Amino acid sequence: MHRGEATFRYALRLGDDALVLGQRLGEWCGKAPALEIDLALANLGLDLIGQATFLLGYAGEIEGKGRDADRLAFHRDVMDFSNCLLVEQPNGDFARTIARQFLFSAWRAPLFEALSTSSDETLAAVAKKAVKETAYHLRYSREWVVRLGDGTDESRRRLVEGLEWCWRFVDELFEPDEVTRALANIAPDPAALRPRFDAEVDKTLGEAGLDQPAARRAVVGGRAGRHSEHLGHLLAEMQFLPRAYPEARW
Amino acid sequence: MDGSRDWPLWEVFVRSRGGLAHKHVGSVHAADAAMALEAARDVYTRRMEGVSLWVAPSAAITASDPADAGSLFDPAKDKVYRHPTFYSIPDTVKHI
Repeated sequence: MHRGEATFRYALRLGDDALVLGQRLGEWCGKAPALEIDLALANLGLDLIGQATFLLGYAGEIEGKGRDADRLAFHRDVMDFSNCLLVEQPNGDFARTIARQFLFSAWRAPLFEALSTSSDETLAAVAKKAVKETAYHLRYSREWVVRLGDGTDESRRRLVEGLEWCWRFVDELFEPDEVTRALANIAPDPAALRPRFDAEVDKTLGEAGLDQPAARRAVVGGRAGRHSEHLGHLLAEMQFLPRAYPEARW
Repeated sequence: MDGSRDWPLWEVFVRSRGGLAHKHVGSVHAADAAMALEAARDVYTRRMEGVSLWVAPSAAITASDPADAGSLFDPAKDKVYRHPTFYSIPDTVKHI
């Protein structure tokens, strides 16, 4: 694969991850269990949408067909999205949202650290900013994993269910493909991030008094546009306004 | 929004920049100090309001009784000589 094409697709998939998870977290707005949590989840979501703006903007620039971040976010259909399957999973209860956030951030933190020294200066700059945000996302979700896991019978049961739900989407995060292979000198090898992720998960679940979820057959395909039914519903809500009123400004 | 009903209240203090004192900005509900600090960060420093945070259990604060305000504070009213306004302060001195 040509390097320009690979960089476009790489920036696009990282941007799609951030955009879709940011939208998911936004769904909590006004509905979280407490005002403090409502604001915290919205803050996390806004960090992610900020990252998506940079990453999709860069993808559009490389592509060179006049598509900016908004165009890519609001005028692509479900099969053109290349986010990982983990981020499109429904929020479920607060515990499942925390499980999803923790697994995502535990992968994203070492990824951005590695990317911040990339020879691609734009990706390195985006990653440098995102490293700090992601460190907080990991801290926040890690503390809640411990709190819920080591809390009441109900909080523990809900967190275990949340982790079970999300676990089959983990392997996809570390799967190399033609895009990452073409970017050997620009982006980290996805498989090389696994030990850091495993160490974080082992340590945190240990603190929470939980076992690692049992290995399950991995579900993959998000990077190639094969999504669960959930993403279409999310996009319908997210994209409705700019599609119904293409010239709308707000 | 009743998840925080059982959580105690914490008072939040923000230092807006180095050299200034922490200032009371409000309160949050949280189960413990670590959660209070994160809640304070998310609720009160979203617009770059601060460089440092304190949280303290609201129950640990002893407040004066508003009914005592007369005896506590009125006697200071006629002692204008306690203000440092009879001195000139160099323009370069900030934060007096």
